[in-house]
Amino acid sequence: MPRVLLIEDDPSIREGVGLGLRRRGHEVRAADTGEAGLALMAGFHPDLVLLDLMLPGINGVQVCRRIRETSEVPIIMLTARGDDFDIVVGLEAGADDYIVKPARTEIIEARIKAVLRRLSDPGGRPGVEQHGELTVDRAGLTVAKNGERVPLAPSEIKLLLHLTASPEQVFSRQQLLEYVWEHSYHADARLVDACVRRLRNKIEDPGGSPRYIQTVRGFGYRFGPLGPR
Amino acid sequence: MRKFAPLGLRTRLIAAFLLVAAICAVSTAALTYRQARSAVLTQSQDTAVSTLRDQLEAQALTLPMDRAQLQRVVNEIGKRGKPHPWTVYAEYGTLRASSNVTPTTSGIVTDALRAQVADHPHGAFQRVEDEHGEPYLTIAMPAVFTHHGVREPTGAVLYAVMPLLTEQQTVDAMVQAARQGAIPGLAIAVVPALLAARSVLRPVRDLRRAAQSMGRGRLDTRIEVRGADELSGLARTFNETAGALEESVAELREAEVRARRFAADVSHELRTPLAGMLAVTEVLDEDAERLDPDTAKALRLISAETGKLAVLVEDLMEISRFDARAAELNLDDVDVAEAVRKTLERRHWDDDRVGADLPHGLRARLDPRRFDVVLANLVGNALRHGGAPVRIAVRTESREDGERLLVEVADSGPGIAAEVLPHIFDRFFKADAARTRSAGSGLGLAISLENVRLHGGTLSAANADGGGAVFTLDMPLETTA
Repeated sequence: MPRVLLIEDDPSIREGVGLGLRRRGHEVRAADTGEAGLALMAGFHPDLVLLDLMLPGINGVQVCRRIRETSEVPIIMLTARGDDFDIVVGLEAGADDYIVKPARTEIIEARIKAVLRRLSDPGGRPGVEQHGELTVDRAGLTVAKNGERVPLAPSEIKLLLHLTASPEQVFSRQQLLEYVWEHSYHADARLVDACVRRLRNKIEDPGGSPRYIQTVRGFGYRFGPLGPR
Repeated sequence: MRKFAPLGLRTRLIAAFLLVAAICAVSTAALTYRQARSAVLTQSQDTAVSTLRDQLEAQALTLPMDRAQLQRVVNEIGKRGKPHPWTVYAEYGTLRASSNVTPTTSGIVTDALRAQVADHPHGAFQRVEDEHGEPYLTIAMPAVFTHHGVREPTGAVLYAVMPLLTEQQTVDAMVQAARQGAIPGLAIAVVPALLAARSVLRPVRDLRRAAQSMGRGRLDTRIEVRGADELSGLARTFNETAGALEESVAELREAEVRARRFAADVSHELRTPLAGMLAVTEVLDEDAERLDPDTAKALRLISAETGKLAVLVEDLMEISRFDARAAELNLDDVDVAEAVRKTLERRHWDDDRVGADLPHGLRARLDPRRFDVVLANLVGNALRHGGAPVRIAVRTESREDGERLLVEVADSGPGIAAEVLPHIFDRFFKADAARTRSAGSGLGLAISLENVRLHGGTLSAANADGGGAVFTLDMPLETTA
């Protein structure tokens, strides 16, 4: 069962969520500040981080950035609806998903499972694919550009694998939310946009318009066509 | 801007001033004219009459007169016209003589004058006009002799006809002078009229502008108070009233803001403990089976109500965000038919209770989450309060303000009572007072309305002709943030 690091300052949520998850078999360590959470990272090696955005001391967004400096561990933010700005900033900082508080344990667990689930093969060929300078290893879940490995967070690699499985096919944001994040159709499309931005920063050539992940105005995103260079 | 009907204050003031000035000028001129005219004419008449009498008396007459004598007298007197030259005619029995050698007396001498002179031995005169409208003075003077102190007529009558052209010109000149004096006088009267109008109209205009400005919501509008007349008093009163109004509106607003902030704070404070409680409701539900029935019942109640409380608090937070204008649109391009289908699917409404008439390939730009909330509320409401089957119809319409997306949700229930209809979107409005709580939070339709408004659309409720309630969502096909 996955090891979950819960960083949450409010004791009732910390205990409630911890209790609920432990009963479902998760190994949960809880921290009440960002500093304590970061300190636990090294020794605990969590499979996933549940991160409250509103923390005393260094806030959730900063914790998220610090974690991303060294690790591609899945991060799910705990937020309140209405903290819209924080959600965007958190997603930009590298969070894979978010949960709006208050939430039932079954919802929290469903999100955890969705983020941790290896992408079920969406019809793509197994093995290594070459797209321009990108090497995508579907089995090993690694991506390299010009032979150099690109570290990708779980949502990023899932999105890339999904798009490259059907090159040049246009997916709407809502479809991507369903397929990649396993959210309901009407979830927050900013998840997709933030993830695309992070992915582009990592795999696109700096400057110039995006080549791998292209925006189709009025519809969504597609992978390629790469065209001649 | 609406004018004072039918004439403006300025026009009326100027008209009044001009009227007064005109009445003054005309009455003064008329009086002066009358006096001067009669003075001029009287002087000429008196001179002419006495001259004729003196001349006639100075003539030595031998009775009975023959034609030669008559002609001599006429010629003699005809040369001595005063104050103007005159023409003299004489009538004596059948004899006629004139100073201008015409055989008959001028037709300008009227029978009235002849009749008058018969009764007046001192002579008579008359002012007449000839056929060209030129004024003449006609004088009739009987030749008399004194017999034992009594004036006896000789039977001879002399008529003098004198043109009054000079007098006419003098009088005309006076009229002209009066007219020439009156017109600039009237023109000058316009100036004080304008000044008076201005002194009244400027405060009135200021007042109107200020009232309009206040009407547009600028409660800090004040008028500059000039002078100490009634209008400045009005301006001062206006300012005081505006100040009082501004103060009470500010107080009301503040109270409203406080109330809203309180609601937001309360829901915020409730959310944290609820988050902890909601996370452990499952633990309660699972373990309830192993406890004694009463404890199990109590735990399940707590668990179920915690869930409802969470929904209520979430809805309160949502409403608070709308009230604080903190609600944001996260727009995306979606296939409308797919969005509707997903909403129904997710709530397991994809059986035959809900039917949808969806156009193929219609794309819209909207906030998918909010659209889902609106549609789910409308359909849920229709199923709960109306009745299955519920029909959803999606169509578009071109209007001058652009392409609109129209979604109709119609139920097969009894419809909405007329007294309920205006309040259907009110917060916590309960159509049935006896029903203490519905399944929803009581905020569903209010939140739906706010969500649609955020998209720049409208949400309306009505009853269909064939019975059943119809909710119509009308919003831009392409919402712009």
